[in-house]
Amino acid sequence: MKPMRLIIKKGIVELTILFFTVIFAAGCARRHSITMAGSTAFLPFAEQLAEDYMKKFPGTNINVQGGGSAVGIQSALNGTAQIGMADLITLPESAKDLKKFVAANDGICLIVHPSNKVENLTTKQIRGIYSGEIKNWKEVGGIDKPITVVSREAGSGTRSSFEDLMFKGIKLAGSAIIGDSNGTVREMVINDPYAIGYISHGVVNEKVKALKVDGVPPEYDNFVCGRYKLLRPIYLLIRAEYETQTKEILEYILGPEGQDTIKEQGLIPAGACGKY
Amino acid sequence: MKNAKEVVVEKSLMLIAFSAIFMLFLIAVFIFKEGSPLIFKIGLKNFILSAKWSPLEGQFGILAMIIGSLWITAGALVIGVPLGLGCAILLSEFLPRGITAFLKPTIELLAGIPSVVYGFIGVVVLVPFIRERFGGPGLSVLAGSIILGIMILPTIISISIDALQAVPRSYREGSLALGATQWQTISMVTLKAARSGILASIILGMGRAVGETMAVIMVAGNAVKIPNSIFNPARTLTTNIALEMGFATGDHRAALFATGVVLFVIIMILNILANYAFGKRK
Repeated sequence: MKPMRLIIKKGIVELTILFFTVIFAAGCARRHSITMAGSTAFLPFAEQLAEDYMKKFPGTNINVQGGGSAVGIQSALNGTAQIGMADLITLPESAKDLKKFVAANDGICLIVHPSNKVENLTTKQIRGIYSGEIKNWKEVGGIDKPITVVSREAGSGTRSSFEDLMFKGIKLAGSAIIGDSNGTVREMVINDPYAIGYISHGVVNEKVKALKVDGVPPEYDNFVCGRYKLLRPIYLLIRAEYETQTKEILEYILGPEGQDTIKEQGLIPAGACGKY
Repeated sequence: MKNAKEVVVEKSLMLIAFSAIFMLFLIAVFIFKEGSPLIFKIGLKNFILSAKWSPLEGQFGILAMIIGSLWITAGALVIGVPLGLGCAILLSEFLPRGITAFLKPTIELLAGIPSVVYGFIGVVVLVPFIRERFGGPGLSVLAGSIILGIMILPTIISISIDALQAVPRSYREGSLALGATQWQTISMVTLKAARSGILASIILGMGRAVGETMAVIMVAGNAVKIPNSIFNPARTLTTNIALEMGFATGDHRAALFATGVVLFVIIMILNILANYAFGKRK
C-alpha cells in the first residue's frame, strides 16, 4: 500500500507544479496580448499581418477589430486597443498626442463606366464635377450626357481623404448621389454609363475604368513615388505608454516582411519609392 | 381563492409583459436623451426648417430629409393604395372564399421578404429602366416610391380584407335586395362600412413606408437636396441615420439621434391616428 500512497503524493506535487506553470504561462501570454482596432479599409490586411505574426511568434495573441477610423482613434485614446488604425489624411485634433506610424498607403481611384470615352481628368475638372459646376460629360471631352456624380456619406474616411486631397474648401454638389461603401459606389458606376465615383484602389475591378488624374494613371509605380495625387496614408496610432509593449509587432509590420505582405495583398507599402 | 402557483404564474407573466413596454420606454428615453440636446442647442427651427446638412461643418438642417421622406412616402401611397385596395376588394367581394383563403396568406408572404431583396431588385431592374426611359440617374424618388409601394401592399391588403369581411352580410343583402348592382353595393355600402379599417390599413402602410431604410438606401440615391421632380434622387430620415451612423461622433452623432427623434414623433403620430381609426370601427 505504501508505494501507492507515494505515487499519489508525487502525483499531487506534480499536478501542483503543472498548475502553477500553467498560470504562469497564461500570465506571460496575457502580457503579449495586443488589440488592434479601427479602419475597415485596413482590416483585412491587419488580420493577415496578425495571423503571420502569431505564426512566427507563438504565444503572442493579437486581436483585430474593425469599427472605422473614428473608432480606431477613440480606442487608441482610451486604451481599449493598444494600436488604433485610421485611414484619414488629416487626423482630428484629439489624436495629436498619439504616436503615429504610417503602415501603408492606399490610392483613391476615380472610376467611370468602361464605355465612357473620357480617359483623363485634371484636378480642376474633378473639382468642377464634384462641386456641380461641370454638369455634362461633353464639357470634359465626353458625350453629350449629364454626369451622375457619386460620392460617399459625410464622415467616411474615403470621402474626407478625397475632399482633403482634391477640393478643400469647395462644397460637394447637393445633387450628388451617395453610396454607403466602396462596394456600393462601384456597383452604382457599373450600372450607370454616365456615372463617376471614387473608391479605394484595392476595390477597383475590371468592370469599371479608373481614370488618369492630371495625366497620371493610377498604377503601382505612380502610387509608390507619389506621382499620383490621390494617395492617403493608413496610420497606426499608439499611446505613449504602450510603445514598449507594441514595439515588436510594430517593427514587424513596418519591416520588410510586413511590408511585403501589404504589397502582396494589394496595398502600397509605406515610403517605398524606388525600393520595390 | 387563488392558489400560490397561479399567483406566481400571473405575476411572472405580468412582469414579462411589462418588460416589453419598459424596453419601448427605455428606447424612447434613450433617443430623446441623445438627440434633444442638439435640437435645443441649434434651435428647432434651424433643425427642421433648414436644408443645409453638412455635419462636419456644423450645419444640421434636415428639411431635405423630411421632404424626401414625404415625397417617397406619398409616392408609395399613390402606388400602393389603389393596388392594395383593389386587390382587397377583389379578394373579399368577388372571388370565392376558397381562393381567398389561399391567396391571402400568399400575399402576406410578401411581408416576409427581406427589404434588402426588394432593394436589390430595385437596383438591378427598376433603376436602369427609369434611367433609360426618363433620363437622370435612375436612383430616384420614383424608384423608392415604387419599391415601397410594393412593400406596403401586404399590410394594406391584409388589414383591408379583414375590415371588408367584418361588414355584416345583412348590409350587402339589404343593398342588393333594394336593386343595387354589385358594384354599387361595394362602393356605397361595403366600403363605407369598412372605412375606418381601410383607413387604419393605409396609415399602418404609411408607417411602414416612413420607417423603411435598407430598400430606400439602395434605390433612392441619398442626395442631400430637396427633390424637385420624381426623377431626382432624395434622402429620407431613416436613410440619413443609417448612412452616417457608422462614422459619426460628437454633434454629428447627436444630430443623427435628433433625426431619430423627429422620426419617432412622426411614427407615433401615425400610430395614434391608426389606433383612433381602429377604435372608431368598434
